[in-house]
Amino acid sequence: MAFVALADRDNDAHLHDPETFITKYVWSQDHKVIAIQYGVVSIFVGLIALALSVMMRLQLAFPESFSFITPNDYYQFVTMHGMIMVVYLLTALFLGGFGNYLIPLMCGARDMVFPYLNMLSFWTYFLSVIILLASFFVPGGPTGAGWTLYPPQTILPGTPGNELGILLMLLSLAVFIVAFTMGGLNYVTTILQARCRGMTLMRMPLSIWGIFTATVLGLLAFPALLVSAIMMLFDLLLGTSFFMPAILSMGEMPDYQGGTPILFQHLFWFFGHPEVYIVALPAFGIVSDILSVHARKNIFGYRMMVWAIVGIGALSFVVWAHHMYVSGMNPYFGFFFATTTLIIAIPTAIKVYNWVLTLWKGNIRLKVPMLFSIGFIFTFTHGGLTGLFLGNVTVDLPLSDTYFVIGHFHMVMGVSPVLVLFAAIYHWYPKMTGKMYNVPMAKAHFWLTFVSAYSLYLPMHYLGILGVPRRYFAYGGAEFIPASAQSLNVGITMASIVLATVQLLFIINLIWALKNGKPSGDNPWEATTLEWQTPETPPKHGNWGPELPEVYRWAYDYSVPGAKLDYIPQNEPHHGQGSVESDSDDAVDETKV
Amino acid sequence: MALAVVITLLIIGSLIFHFVSPWWFTPIASNWTSIDDTINLTFIVTGIVFVLINSFLVYCVVKFRYKEGERAHYEPENKKLEVGLTAITSIGVIAMLAPGLFVWANFVDVPDDAIEVEVVGQQWRWSYRYPGDDEVFGSTDVSHMTDENPFGINPEDPNGQDDVVVYDDGLRLLKGRPVKLLLRAKDVLHNFTVAQFRVKMDMVPGMVTYLWLEPTVTGEYDILCEELCGIGHYAMRGRVIVEEEPAYSNWLAEQTTFAQTVRENTADINTGRALYAVCASCHGQEGEGNEALNAPRLAGMSSWYMESQINKYKNGMRGAHEEDVYGRQMVPMAATLANEAAVKNVAAYIASMADTTVTETIAGNIENGRRLYTTCGACHGKQGQGIWSTDAPRLAGQNDWYLARQLSNFKNEIRGYHSSDATGKQMLLLSKMLKQESAINDVVAYINTLQP
Repeated sequence: MAFVALADRDNDAHLHDPETFITKYVWSQDHKVIAIQYGVVSIFVGLIALALSVMMRLQLAFPESFSFITPNDYYQFVTMHGMIMVVYLLTALFLGGFGNYLIPLMCGARDMVFPYLNMLSFWTYFLSVIILLASFFVPGGPTGAGWTLYPPQTILPGTPGNELGILLMLLSLAVFIVAFTMGGLNYVTTILQARCRGMTLMRMPLSIWGIFTATVLGLLAFPALLVSAIMMLFDLLLGTSFFMPAILSMGEMPDYQGGTPILFQHLFWFFGHPEVYIVALPAFGIVSDILSVHARKNIFGYRMMVWAIVGIGALSFVVWAHHMYVSGMNPYFGFFFATTTLIIAIPTAIKVYNWVLTLWKGNIRLKVPMLFSIGFIFTFTHGGLTGLFLGNVTVDLPLSDTYFVIGHFHMVMGVSPVLVLFAAIYHWYPKMTGKMYNVPMAKAHFWLTFVSAYSLYLPMHYLGILGVPRRYFAYGGAEFIPASAQSLNVGITMASIVLATVQLLFIINLIWALKNGKPSGDNPWEATTLEWQTPETPPKHGNWGPELPEVYRWAYDYSVPGAKLDYIPQNEPHHGQGSVESDSDDAVDETKV
Repeated sequence: MALAVVITLLIIGSLIFHFVSPWWFTPIASNWTSIDDTINLTFIVTGIVFVLINSFLVYCVVKFRYKEGERAHYEPENKKLEVGLTAITSIGVIAMLAPGLFVWANFVDVPDDAIEVEVVGQQWRWSYRYPGDDEVFGSTDVSHMTDENPFGINPEDPNGQDDVVVYDDGLRLLKGRPVKLLLRAKDVLHNFTVAQFRVKMDMVPGMVTYLWLEPTVTGEYDILCEELCGIGHYAMRGRVIVEEEPAYSNWLAEQTTFAQTVRENTADINTGRALYAVCASCHGQEGEGNEALNAPRLAGMSSWYMESQINKYKNGMRGAHEEDVYGRQMVPMAATLANEAAVKNVAAYIASMADTTVTETIAGNIENGRRLYTTCGACHGKQGQGIWSTDAPRLAGQNDWYLARQLSNFKNEIRGYHSSDATGKQMLLLSKMLKQESAINDVVAYINTLQP
């Protein structure tokens, strides 16, 4: 049988009609519903992790006041906060949430190519969340080994949740990875195979490029975490010694010998560093699109931006040991990993330049998503620059394991991607619901979030320079830490309480607008990309009505000289009105040529 | 507009915070000024970039804000500009990386004249070993580790006999002499950090890691563990004392060698029984304790714990605080034990006593006590049985009034405050988790329910 491109096989529109409430909203195979399911669950667990972080901050600011926080609890909070935020919120929301929502809509497909697998992906993720949260209710509570789960302590007495807690954590991660793999294969296949006619790779919006590259990274990196979780489970349950050398634990010699804890660290960070970019690349892509729309200007240096995303993705696999400069690995590795790490700064810097240059000579509308995106440029610049400290092996020596690290990675991988998530939610909410949220409330949410987040994390860097270590329940008795550092801790905690509280504005606004929001119209931001050109808002199952769209231009035809409007949708054919395809026509397209 | 103003304020605010912040590096006490130089260089380069990019951002937000009827400039690419920016960035990156790599080469390469000292980490304390006159360490293995040989030195290895073992004191280093610290961990990951030295390294069970430095300023500094190592991580503290000659050599000469500790480990229970007569007047013939005389039960306590506490009384580390009324009574009593052998003998006799039962005097919320005890159990054992490797004595079966008093002594810093009392300091830090008065009673009431 002759091969027919998916984009041309358009006779299956009838498959996309759900019949009952259950198939429409629960066991749904509609990528948009699945996206929202992912979104709701991940934001819910994110709020739990947020509450845990406030408890940690309360303990650090007032170490003698909150009797319900013991060291045992504190280390459990630290661990669960970190793991939930990185894996179950950021990864799930960017890829499961926005990946699902945007890929078919931006690529002009009716749905993911494997809708059933997509549904399974969400419910498997849901199961992993249930297993994770169950660990709060088992004897011993959740694991308190730190989100990095470094053995040997993870499975030894002396660490909270060293029996059931860690067991559930490892199981939950394994299940999560299964869910991610089902989703991830779907995203990659859909992007490569189901783009509509005319949507060449070099016409794809950067959001799709970011999500695509991040998913490829995830498919290559998560297996490293999976095998390390399985190996640790074997150490825990079957008495193998993958990560366990001969040790003396609590006066006894457990039956382990010959394993190496550093092996786990290599496996963990071989996953863990790409994981940073699994979160960052979708954020890079999405923020590029939002900046372009609201600056009414094409993204600056599109091709450079694509290659920067791909280049960062590739390099992210050869920098992992910069998390391990002081781990006791062979110190000669430091030369290699410091060099690769600082090289990755170059494409990252290019992205920052191009965002700012996108604003340059633009016609900037400071809509809510734009505020968050510009806020992102500021915090990401800060977080990226402090990465140059920690990536440079020598500079890392005094700063490693201090609050400088906490400040750095929260700025670069906490605040910055979360600002993009807010930008993205405020940007696409009108498409998802057909309603516009309350704008003054959303602006208040931005100002309070942006300012309190920055005042929360900036001072932490200075505690780190002083030498204040991370993961400490209390600091009494260290003479080099002056009393003023404790006052600073109180200030940081105040900022964190403000930051946590104002998130209520966000939640309330989204729920309120579902019912009371004004109708937003199909394309409130006057954007060019395909998701704004759907026949209905919110789009129905199947997205496009009877005819699939066809794409004639790249995603960034804003303010084209001579054009009637200051934007030209991607699916608008050329009428000789001076649309400039720039150089993007000569792009290679393996699938459609 | 507001956005431009706020971002401008944040840029200025960050700069002001940077320059007036009192939170800055501790005064350096090692040769690693080159690390500080690299950091300062990085601050200059990144600071300039931070200000430039964000100022340009502010400029764009103001200058190119939305105006009805205006159009943005259409310019998809500008190769010249992009190549130029890439080149400048690369130069900046090289300027930071190159000096960093030179300093790292220096850190990796230990000078030939460095003396070697071993630092051993375990949950949650530090100990140290010096190679002795032969300048060679004896080999070690986990299988040799006991409460009498906490370093696990191979007793058959002649190189280990003269190794100087320092278990209850700080680390001493010689000013002006490079030292290579060989780092070892017995149980889980730890990390040796002294903020004033700038360098740090993880300690990994199953292998020996290292770092080197040259102390340049005499004084005492905190050693912190900076790799999460369990519940007591934050209480894993040590002291390093940098000295000059001859203080350093004199101190080293006074320390016991491995061979000496082995020799001294033969205790005589019969001699101990005779010595115990003094103790019996308060603690009772059976070691059962006496609340009226404020003397806790001794029966059932291990010899290693009794030894260490008697020695603390003798050395002014316990019972020296003026508010520690009952502890002060023990000081003259401990002084009657003339030498190390007498201490060992009486401790061995106490350890041989049969268990006695105690009456409960304290009630509390046992459920809350159970929750709080999770943290205690990490060192003292789930059943309060005591664990020698964590220096944590048996709690189960002890007089509850005594436990409550000691907890409040630790919490009020009248016990465990002495700078050389490493284990006491740990309890001082940990007891702070009992934030309410009732918490002490709760946890003690729970300990009453434990059966070792």
